[in-house]
Amino acid sequence: MAVIETSGLSRAFGVVHAVRNLSFALSEGEVFGVLGPNGAGKTTTVRLLNGVLKPDAGRMRVLGLDPATQGKEVRRQTGVLTETPSLYERLSARENLRFAGTLYGLGRADLEARVNAQLDFFELGPRADDKVGGFSKGMKQRLALARALLHNPKVLFLDEPTAGLDPEAAHQVTQLIEQLSHETGRTVFLCTHNLDEAQRLCDRVAVLRQGGVLAQGSLAELGRTLWRGLWVEIDTQIELGTSLRRDLSRQPGVQRVEGEATRLLVQLSREADIPDLVSWMASQGARLMRVVPRRHTLEEIYFELQEQPEGRPV
Amino acid sequence: MNWSLIWAIARKDLKEVSQNKAAVAPAVIVPVMFVVVFPLAILLLPQAFSSASGNAFSLQELEGLLQRMPPAVTQALAGLSPLQIWVVFTTGYLFAPMFLILPLMMASIVASDSFVGEKERKTLEGLLYSPTSDAELILGKIVASVLPALALCWASFVVYGIVVNLAGLPVMGRMWFPTAPWWPLMLWVVPSVATLGMASAVIISSRVGTFMESYQLSASGVVLVLALMAGQVTGVLFLSVPVAFLVGLAVWVVDAGLLWVGVRTFSRNRLFSRL
Repeated sequence: MAVIETSGLSRAFGVVHAVRNLSFALSEGEVFGVLGPNGAGKTTTVRLLNGVLKPDAGRMRVLGLDPATQGKEVRRQTGVLTETPSLYERLSARENLRFAGTLYGLGRADLEARVNAQLDFFELGPRADDKVGGFSKGMKQRLALARALLHNPKVLFLDEPTAGLDPEAAHQVTQLIEQLSHETGRTVFLCTHNLDEAQRLCDRVAVLRQGGVLAQGSLAELGRTLWRGLWVEIDTQIELGTSLRRDLSRQPGVQRVEGEATRLLVQLSREADIPDLVSWMASQGARLMRVVPRRHTLEEIYFELQEQPEGRPV
Repeated sequence: MNWSLIWAIARKDLKEVSQNKAAVAPAVIVPVMFVVVFPLAILLLPQAFSSASGNAFSLQELEGLLQRMPPAVTQALAGLSPLQIWVVFTTGYLFAPMFLILPLMMASIVASDSFVGEKERKTLEGLLYSPTSDAELILGKIVASVLPALALCWASFVVYGIVVNLAGLPVMGRMWFPTAPWWPLMLWVVPSVATLGMASAVIISSRVGTFMESYQLSASGVVLVLALMAGQVTGVLFLSVPVAFLVGLAVWVVDAGLLWVGVRTFSRNRLFSRL
């Protein structure tokens, strides 16, 4: 069963379509990234999935529940890290966590144990009784993350978790998320416009623009969809002759040959064509130094998608 | 309805507001002025001037006012010396509407900090993601706004009673306060006025962006108190048990309407549509 599932989900604010016909499914333990510029509909999607905003159309299920009618039950099992930490700055870190724990129905003894465990895990113990107003941005974000995880939620929603943090704090938060997702098997729904962070953390991503999904899948899937076939980088010790290059382009599975001197870029129909290509080149006397299938970065994929004509999802 | 959640929200709001200087300062200064400084000045100065000058205290300036009072008041003041009339008339009658400023102000302060303050400090979103119902959230905030207003007002009433009785003792020769109309005023009108301050702040909170804007607008209900004072001074509406009951009833009717509108504006869907 999918942990999160949406189909044709839509929500507009006046004439602005914040979310348009959104359909995706997340399986248990998956880290799913939702990418897109500001106003793409990422935060609205989180709000819809937590039942704090009602959809205009479409179907959604979170842990088998309908957030539109069972919002309270959904929120009991999810944790949300909002874009701004939403912490009570006049209260201490401990008081913030205690209040959140009470709202999630944790009993007194359990609450104290979990609050202390979270403070220790997020290295906030020494400042536990200080007012949050005096914390750095990075500390506030760690505390907000501790609060989102206090009740041990099955699904974690992270909305721009490293926005506005300095590189060191951002790195620390990303490491924590990596630890929390991949080590605990928790399903994570990550909204971000930090492409490095998404590439590092996400199993699959959906790229949004103006409320609609441009594309979704793993990096490899998206790369294959956008750029037909597979590009392979081939380094040779000696430059290939013109006739050898011409013969190379006529080999089965080879679609295109680019590059010059000792660096070639060969487009193949599929990954399975690589061994035949390598054997053929070796048999032709090409002194191969390196053959590397080229993986597209998320940044390349993202910008390629954003340049697609409007209304043409990939 | 989970009352432990409601109470947790109320406790958190009270803890937060207790650390807002802009909220605490008026909640301390105004009651001290109303229940200690003003009554002491009104009760002790005439006694002091009277004994210092050796002249008997006269009610010349108040005579016109006293003539306009309803027969019940004239009857209550009959047989008292001018100084005793001064004590009973000012602290027992004229001061009564001023007591309504306290619950109105306190409820407006806490409700403004609780509803608009959360938006202003960007903490509302986190709260709305909690597994509470809209009704539990708003009830928590209502409890946080109304309870301290009532507690402050009733505590002030006790202190006022002690001050008035002790400072007036040399003149009155007995403990005379409170008179009958004060009970419906405290137990019926004060809760209605506290609810009025809170309900106004709830509605205003959905339309303004800062604590101060909300507080200033919701506290403008003080006009009602001024109207009651004007009613007393002109003799049109003088504090009595039936008058207190009717004033309270009218305010409760207004409260019911305001709360109905306020609760409808406080839904997650509406709030997030505006965030």
